[in-house]
Amino acid sequence: MNPLIQNYLRSEYAQGKRRTIFCPGCGNGIILGYFVRAIDELKREDGFDDSKLYIVTGIGCSGNIPVPLKYNIIRALHGRALSVATGVKLVRPDSEVVVFAGDGDLLSIGGNHLIHTIRRNVGIKVILVNNMLYGMTGGQVAPTTPMEAITHTTPYGNPEPPLDACKLAVSLGATYVARWVVPLAKQCIQSIKELLLHRGFGLLECLSQCPVYQGRYVIGIDRPSKIMDYYLKITVVSDKPSYGDKITIGKFVDYERPTYEEIMWSIVNKAREGGNYEA
Amino acid sequence: MGKYSLMMGSEALVRGAIYAGIRFYAGYPITPATEVAEYMAQLLPRAGGIFVQTEDELAAINMAIGASVAKWKAMVATSGPGFSLMQEGIGHAINTEVPLLIVDVQRGGPSTGQPTMPSQQDVFQARYGSHGSYEIIVLSPGNVQELFYLTIDAVNLSEQYRTPVILLTEEITAHLWEKIYVPGPGEYPVLPHATPPTRGDEGFLLESQLHDERGYNVANDPELSAKALWRLIRKIRDNVDKISRIEVKYFDDEPSVFIASYGCSARSALAAVKMLRQDGYKVGFLRLITLWPFPENTIRNAVRGASTVVVPEMNSGYIVNEFRLLGLNVVSVPKLGGEMPMPEEVYSIVKGVLS
Ligand SMILES: Cc1ncc(C[n+]2csc(CCOP(=O)(O)OP(=O)(O)O)c2C)c(N)n1
Ligand code: SF4
Ligand SMILES: [Mg+2]
Repeated sequence: MNPLIQNYLRSEYAQGKRRTIFCPGCGNGIILGYFVRAIDELKREDGFDDSKLYIVTGIGCSGNIPVPLKYNIIRALHGRALSVATGVKLVRPDSEVVVFAGDGDLLSIGGNHLIHTIRRNVGIKVILVNNMLYGMTGGQVAPTTPMEAITHTTPYGNPEPPLDACKLAVSLGATYVARWVVPLAKQCIQSIKELLLHRGFGLLECLSQCPVYQGRYVIGIDRPSKIMDYYLKITVVSDKPSYGDKITIGKFVDYERPTYEEIMWSIVNKAREGGNYEA
Repeated sequence: MGKYSLMMGSEALVRGAIYAGIRFYAGYPITPATEVAEYMAQLLPRAGGIFVQTEDELAAINMAIGASVAKWKAMVATSGPGFSLMQEGIGHAINTEVPLLIVDVQRGGPSTGQPTMPSQQDVFQARYGSHGSYEIIVLSPGNVQELFYLTIDAVNLSEQYRTPVILLTEEITAHLWEKIYVPGPGEYPVLPHATPPTRGDEGFLLESQLHDERGYNVANDPELSAKALWRLIRKIRDNVDKISRIEVKYFDDEPSVFIASYGCSARSALAAVKMLRQDGYKVGFLRLITLWPFPENTIRNAVRGASTVVVPEMNSGYIVNEFRLLGLNVVSVPKLGGEMPMPEEVYSIVKGVLS
């Protein structure tokens, strides 16, 4: 095991008594590695305080990414990670709250919370793992699945057009939005670092391979390395989100506006002015 | 020193919650629980707490879970339809042992039902509404003063047993104005807030699948899964006599008939007992303060010698079944439509039973 990563693991994972649940060649394990490297670099470069980290996950294969890590981890219900994370961030505005969620979790069952969390600009950092379908439940269509794609619940082809999470986030006023793809390690790690240092809501969508279902059925390739090659073929760097035959990747927005937790706490302080405290 | 004050049930609930140390409220407007949110929005920031109006009830209960896990005592309040939406979150808080206060101000009917009318139709949903096997604590206040104290008790129980506790009230009590005593700081006991334990330099792991004491997922192991679930169930079941309370009146002369009720219906039940006694009938009074876990032994002892229990309630006859399971002869007085059972109605039914 990589000794750098080992330092960040719960004892049973570090000792090899427990393993991640991912299939061989899955992008989830690679993203876990990127996340640890980003934190490790930030700690050395910027004195990033990882003791203030809370990680909230959705339910899905990708919701298992941070489980081996030593941090405070809350496995939320399917679709509700952003709500739980908002609760944490409001009562601990000085903490760093990161969410790992799948495309089904964040964009389908949890879609309403995504809209409102971005609108409020809650200082939560979301890593959206987009494998273009539901991995955990065995390869069903998701809101990100390309049109006409074959999945276990669209055996005659997907009748629905996909949703561009980044375009949605930008339109709602998200203050940091980027999309990268698992084969581009440097960009992914750099983006996670930016996300962690960002003030306000941030979304990093990571296009990731699910060799078992997405590879085999949606794109018709099951070798993980070949899926990554395929991803590099269908993506192009741009400063505008687009999700069609070509998917644009890159950083789409990065700016600041007052955060929900800042505004909330200023309201609390205002309400308490003049000692009008009532129990 | 505390003070006396005339207030609406909803305000008493809010003041009780703040007294108990609740500092986070998340909710979505719904009749007849809206006043709880509105009083909270006013009073909570002044106590240094945070109020959020969420996009829906799913967000509300999950935000409250996040706040409770991270730092503060947290609560939600809702009514029928919103209570349905919160059910998954209630089970999640049970499984991850997150203290939480959940208030359901009952209105009538399935679906959108009767928004402005009271009922007691959610008593089984409060007990069985979430999926899976579990036990839960449900309290049922009978008047505004008790609403205040039971709110504090509910928060204390949730901290002691690290589990969500449901305060089940009705439109009637939430909208009723009564004079109550509000204790001064420190006068009524309040437990500290419990957050998940960490180990050494390892943070907590709050797993939503069945898990062992360290948070590791054991869902694929039948033995460990059963162990995990039984522990959650037993921590409530084995403490029923510590958790659950009833009120008994007019029992000294060993009446053969009791009127047993709870919440606002118990007010009519008590009035009926008094009328019957005035007319020379020996009738006892029993009121459930805790609905769940159902205090079987305490009830059995209290009504020893009685042959019949008459149970007025504002639903199609739910809690009456629990009395039936105790082997008692029961008479159900179910009431639908939004009106309370009247003392006269109960009076004549009991008179019929006695003659
Ligand atoms: C309320 C609810 N509905 C359905 C499920 C079943 N379920 C578990 S994970 C999942 C989809 C996961 O897909 P995604 O979020 O894309 O994550 P992935 O497994 O692909 O990483 C579903 C539908 C659930 N756990 N809860
Ligand atoms: S099913 Fe797909 S997404 Fe899930 S672990 Fe396996 S390869 Fe990864
Ligand atoms: Mg997915």
